[in-house]
Amino acid sequence: MTGAAGTLAAAAPPPVVAGPASSRGKERLFAGTVTTSGLLVFGLLGAIILMLLLGAWPALKTFGPTFFWNPIWDSVADQYGAGVMIYGTLATSLLALIIAVPLAMGVAYALTEIVPQALRRPIGILIQLLAAIPSIIYGMWGFFILAPYIAEHVVLNVADAFADVPVLNRVFDYGSGNNLFTAGLVLAVMILPLITAMFVEVLGATPVILKESVYGLGATRFEVIRHVALPYGKRAFIGAIMLGLGRALGETMAVTFVIGNATRLSPSIFAQGATISSTIANEFNEAGGGSLKLAALLGLGVTLFVISFIVLSISRALVGRRVEN
Amino acid sequence: MAADSPQVASLGDVVGRHDTMDGSKPFITTRNLDFYYGENQALKSINLDFPERRVTALIGPSGCGKSTLLRVINRMYSLYPGQRATGEVMMGGVNLIDPKVDPTELRSRIGMVFQKPTPFPMSIYENIAFGLRLHEKLSKGAMDERVEWSLRKAAIWEETKDRLNTSALGMSGGQQQRLCIARTIAVRPQVLLFDEPTSALDPISTAKVEELIAELRTEFTILIVTHSMQQAARCSDQTAFMYLGQVVEAGATAQIFTNPREQKTREYVTGRFG
Amino acid sequence: MSARATRRKAVNLVAGVVAGAAALLSLLALGSILWTLVARGLPALHWSVLTTSMAPTGENGGLANAIVGSLIQVALGMAVAVPIGIMAGTYLSEYARGSKLGDVIRFVSDILLSAPSILVGLFVYVLLVATTNTYSGFAGGIALAVIAIPMIVRTTEDMLSLVPVALREAAAALGAPKWKVVTLIAWRAAGSGISTGILLALARVAGETAPLLFTSLGNLNWSTSLGKPMASLPLTIYQYAGSPYDDLVQLAWTGALLVTLGVLAINIIAQLALSRKR
Repeated sequence: MTGAAGTLAAAAPPPVVAGPASSRGKERLFAGTVTTSGLLVFGLLGAIILMLLLGAWPALKTFGPTFFWNPIWDSVADQYGAGVMIYGTLATSLLALIIAVPLAMGVAYALTEIVPQALRRPIGILIQLLAAIPSIIYGMWGFFILAPYIAEHVVLNVADAFADVPVLNRVFDYGSGNNLFTAGLVLAVMILPLITAMFVEVLGATPVILKESVYGLGATRFEVIRHVALPYGKRAFIGAIMLGLGRALGETMAVTFVIGNATRLSPSIFAQGATISSTIANEFNEAGGGSLKLAALLGLGVTLFVISFIVLSISRALVGRRVEN
Repeated sequence: MAADSPQVASLGDVVGRHDTMDGSKPFITTRNLDFYYGENQALKSINLDFPERRVTALIGPSGCGKSTLLRVINRMYSLYPGQRATGEVMMGGVNLIDPKVDPTELRSRIGMVFQKPTPFPMSIYENIAFGLRLHEKLSKGAMDERVEWSLRKAAIWEETKDRLNTSALGMSGGQQQRLCIARTIAVRPQVLLFDEPTSALDPISTAKVEELIAELRTEFTILIVTHSMQQAARCSDQTAFMYLGQVVEAGATAQIFTNPREQKTREYVTGRFG
Repeated sequence: MSARATRRKAVNLVAGVVAGAAALLSLLALGSILWTLVARGLPALHWSVLTTSMAPTGENGGLANAIVGSLIQVALGMAVAVPIGIMAGTYLSEYARGSKLGDVIRFVSDILLSAPSILVGLFVYVLLVATTNTYSGFAGGIALAVIAIPMIVRTTEDMLSLVPVALREAAAALGAPKWKVVTLIAWRAAGSGISTGILLALARVAGETAPLLFTSLGNLNWSTSLGKPMASLPLTIYQYAGSPYDDLVQLAWTGALLVTLGVLAINIIAQLALSRKR
């Protein structure tokens, strides 16, 4: 240890005093910048709510609270209510969940317990990539491939089968390929990678020691998932489902292509329908600036915001609390 | 050590009764130092003298406050809201825990080495230069010189001189820890705080770091927190035994380990609890 | 073997078969999408698509103006979103730990993150289009920025919170003031993670259609002016896919293939960057 300058450390230092003012100025500048950015994000949400309400105000004032459930959307008579679209939005999204959640559960189970170790990571990445495909692609696929197939092979057969059953013949009435059911199906395929990825993550979060101790009792793979992983990750599973629901509720492009965009109420899932976002996308450019219709479309936006806010809050409450535990 | 403690009854006052070692003058002294994590009091009336260019070991069971004491001395606690200290930590006539004292300036005088190696995600050279640039404007040549000086001081120059521009994350744990020591002394502090510096290292790396501490002792005032009593015995001139946030006994290392005055100290150094 | 054990084994087997079937069905659906995309998009993918602008049916138009429009709006959106997102994420991670305001902003950012993108389009319409009386590429870029910001906030905060406290303390112990600890150490340590997040945000906004519907509107002609309506690839796909002309539908598929390839390429780069880091 022959130092190049062995006694550098010996130099007598000045007394410890307050640092140079410039350094504290920079500190304050940086803290101010990041805080301002944080507040900007906060303000962004406020601005979105404000702008939507402001734009929707003429419609909300004209129609009052009935706007939110009135099922009449009539551009000719200038009468607008969100009832049909709320129904369409909830129906397609719930349908999507009913189809996607069991499938995602099956895929996640297969992926964590059955598929060979070496394939898990590539398949996991594949799922993430599928989740990244723009929703308009799902819409096009639904429009050009799925809807004709549904029209040809599903609608007729199912409607025939239930033609003589009361009630069900109304639910499965004859219709075209562009309908609520097809929209729900496209949404299901779209949110499938998303939910699957989250499910895989939750299953993977089950402590190995917990699983092994149940295997140690002689349990089968299925029993371990059923009795350990599922209860252990219950909140997170529901949170993931709610996130998928939130995604489906607000989706525009995947739905607009295939739902038929009819603003009439029908009990049949094979009937053309409309969701909030598909109506906004479809009719916005027909609405003149400052018209009542434009305000009503913005009112639909407010409605969608409220719905997705509720869903997100529930999801966050479930997942968030779990993280803290 | 000074015998001017006001509270005779407290355990911390025991400190006042031991002999000052070999006449070296105290470089840092704490008086009635209390420390709180929120409502929890973690240090109670600490009165210690840390002699200049000597090694003081702080020993005691987990949670006794020995690491906390280090973090008070370099004001590390002020990074976190809800942590506060009262009393005195005097160095060069200044109370270090006075809010008027700039902690960044203070930390250039009092360097710290952590439990685990903390190499920054950059090259070996940049790891050293990072700290230097904070406090000094050096020319390229002067910077090179200082980097070499500190790496030599930390006995790691031979291993690193041919790969100064490679990432520090690729070094072994022991090398990383010595790099962190080099990084700390490059700023030319007067005091070095070691917080269990070898707890994450293998025995060979540990021996190298201990050897290094012994050499650094000639230029720096050193405080070392350690769980290993052998390490305290090997490396230090003075030892303070802490328990439940208080100093039970402090004195020359040989005395603490061979002839402790307090029952508690005897039990700890003989391994009966801890 | 007892009847009970046999039954349990059978249930396990059935569960496995059902799960396998679900996986196959899912792969089938998703495979069908990718196959359709390639089968319909690839045959018409020529250089001319990239070099000629959109044109009416029968005139052999391309997608050049839509591609350039997309690039401009995405670039503008990211240029706005990246600094704001990183700064706000830094605020949440480094300055607002445990503070009430931080919790509120984190919640707000999460709401923005999952807000339907069409609402962002409506918002920017009211804010920038209705007030200036013109659809514009600028409005489109801002809409994309609003979508990207919460994504970048989230990754920045997450990645910064993975940086060990010890690293920050080590920098502080050398006498670094907080802003230098953050910018020189924490940002650097979290750099690859944050870049990955930015890439993913980029991929996401590049494929967005809904927020552009009422902001940049689309443009059949070549235009690079931010003050005028601007074409973009997703919007063109949307317009052409619904058209009755085969050549335009064909272009829509080619555009869809291009968008998907671009988005997937960015995603793969991001994944590779992340896995190499690990």
